[in-house]
Amino acid sequence: MSQLRKQGLTRRALLSRAVAAGALAVAGPGFIAAPDAAWAVEVTAVSEHQMATLLQMARDIYPHDRVGDRFYAVAVKSYDSPEQKDVVAEGIAMLDEAAKQAGFDSYLSAGWEDDRVAILRSIEDTPFFQTVRGGLVTGLYNQKDIWPIFGYEGESFSQGGYIDRGFDDIDWL
Amino acid sequence: MAQAAKFELTDDSVVVIVGTGAGGGVLANELAQKGVKVVALEAGGRYLPEDYVNDEWDSFGQLAWTDPRTTSGDWRVAKDFSGLPAWIVKAVGGTSIHWAGASLRFQDHEWKALSTYGAVDGASLLDWPIDAAEMAPWYDKAEAKLGVTGVGGRARLPGSNNYKVFEKGALALGYKDVHTGNMAINSADYDDRMACQQTGFCFQGCKWGAKWSTAYTDIPRGEATGNLEVRDHAHVARILHDDTGKVTGVEYFDKDGNLQMQKARIVAVAGNSFESPRLLLNSHSSMFPDGLANQSGQVGRNYMRHTTGSIYGTFEKPVRMWRGTTMAGIIRDEAKHDPSRGFVGGYELETLSLGLPFMAAFLDPGNWGREFTTALDSYENMAGMWIVGEDMPQADNRVTLSDTEDKFGLKVANVNFSDHPNDVAMRNHAYDRGQAIYKAVGATRTLPTPPYPSTHNLGTNRMSERPEDGVVDRNGRAHDVPNLFVSDGSQFTTGAAENPTLTIVALAIRQADHIAREMAAGNV
Repeated sequence: MSQLRKQGLTRRALLSRAVAAGALAVAGPGFIAAPDAAWAVEVTAVSEHQMATLLQMARDIYPHDRVGDRFYAVAVKSYDSPEQKDVVAEGIAMLDEAAKQAGFDSYLSAGWEDDRVAILRSIEDTPFFQTVRGGLVTGLYNQKDIWPIFGYEGESFSQGGYIDRGFDDIDWL
Repeated sequence: MAQAAKFELTDDSVVVIVGTGAGGGVLANELAQKGVKVVALEAGGRYLPEDYVNDEWDSFGQLAWTDPRTTSGDWRVAKDFSGLPAWIVKAVGGTSIHWAGASLRFQDHEWKALSTYGAVDGASLLDWPIDAAEMAPWYDKAEAKLGVTGVGGRARLPGSNNYKVFEKGALALGYKDVHTGNMAINSADYDDRMACQQTGFCFQGCKWGAKWSTAYTDIPRGEATGNLEVRDHAHVARILHDDTGKVTGVEYFDKDGNLQMQKARIVAVAGNSFESPRLLLNSHSSMFPDGLANQSGQVGRNYMRHTTGSIYGTFEKPVRMWRGTTMAGIIRDEAKHDPSRGFVGGYELETLSLGLPFMAAFLDPGNWGREFTTALDSYENMAGMWIVGEDMPQADNRVTLSDTEDKFGLKVANVNFSDHPNDVAMRNHAYDRGQAIYKAVGATRTLPTPPYPSTHNLGTNRMSERPEDGVVDRNGRAHDVPNLFVSDGSQFTTGAAENPTLTIVALAIRQADHIAREMAAGNV
């Protein structure tokens, strides 16, 4: 996972870059996996460690290898708020404690997904985990920019539906 | 077009209908066409095809009933969607905006479930007081109203990619009764509605108006007679009665939150199987301490939701199941009653698709990790079908008043549901068959998916021959109250295996005929 750094970007700038990157991601294979992808999350209320942990947690809960980190970042960025900061601090502390009991320095220091998933399983009945997971269902999958990665085309009314655009074009049966 | 009617609150000659969906909306228009004055009260707002949104969550926010409800029982919905037992609509047109359009008649024997299946332990089966022969002419009228495909000389819809996968697997397994269904979705222009453009998003309201909904057919046509007034954002609180036990009107909160009272000669309740019994229970009085029309104790009982579930299959190559009509595909071979399968009653298998956002929410609620996400990774290569089977009525599967109150201070519905062993056996049989269908076409993975929040909500004010067995008689009239009717799916005695809307419409047309005749004769 790429390092998260404070880069002084405003949320608006982040979002505009995320949207632009989303367009590029659809156009060019390989871009999503680029190790130096130019995006960042600005954190103000929660710590860098907490946001980095939330981001990794989001990816481990709903891992899609073709979906770039920036989409997960959009899905969890709302936790960076004064209202959420205590919930996040307690939740991440609990997660890191669970990681320590599993023999790791922290959740993020567990290098293999299987190890991190085992740590998550140990806290999956907690309100914190369920809040993060539940929020991702819409926070991640309702981002229109990720739909093309799954092949989903969204609305078709504006193009007259599929009656002349392949509703019955299956050719492999 | 005539000006829509406007009636005085003090006008006690009107029929008040609560709800404007497939039951209430049809009843309102049918009565208005016969010259009966009608005030229809609808809790939701008014939206037309140009307003519908082809985006799953945005549409849900626009149309769905999201007022509080509570749940109990061992059904998984109570855990995963505890405040959302049903996915139904709060708008003028009701759930006829959301429905998929599948329009099937009951099979003859399904009107006589108790006689046909025999007594089933733990089930409160009953025969309907009406039968197939009596309903046949009303089904004819309903099919003509809705423009149902595959009957009345109307062509069936063309098959989509999702249908073609489904059909090939079904035929490979030897199924014979396989086609694109009997759909209230036009295959050609019909009754001033255009033909289906294969756009998908049937559940979000048809933006072409190709699918029948009362929102843009019966409601405006009823209004055009000058005999129907529809008041939207009118949330009915209780039904009032006099000391002879006849209903006299309803109290409702208007769009500004003010309590109003509309007088009535007759009240017809059509708020669906949660809100209709809730309204009767909330209308308790010193004369009816357990709720209106509830001397039998049957109001709210025998809630049925069909034995549902879905099967998705993933394949090596794309299917793109979201393209085209959502539910135009059916296998009817398993709908028969064949107890050798280990259960009574039968089930239909029907094509279904969800968009990516709802697939993520409903494929396996609460699950996470790669078992879940690799299934979604194959979304483009996925085909889907839905199980619709007859579930057993059970006395304790019921709607009661919750301790929770809505924004008006009215107690909300609690929905208690647990599967009957017959329901479980049927669902497991259907899961096996559905998975075999997709494997026969080369599925690399099959996903037996749990039931969604209910869309077919039935029973809770059931029709019965004897007053002690149910809430309403063969005409939907309350056993206890001579001028109170129930006009929605809550009057279903049993659920049958078929999608219920066509039967709700047929019953509403028949009930309008009955009410108009009784009014003309001075009997009500």
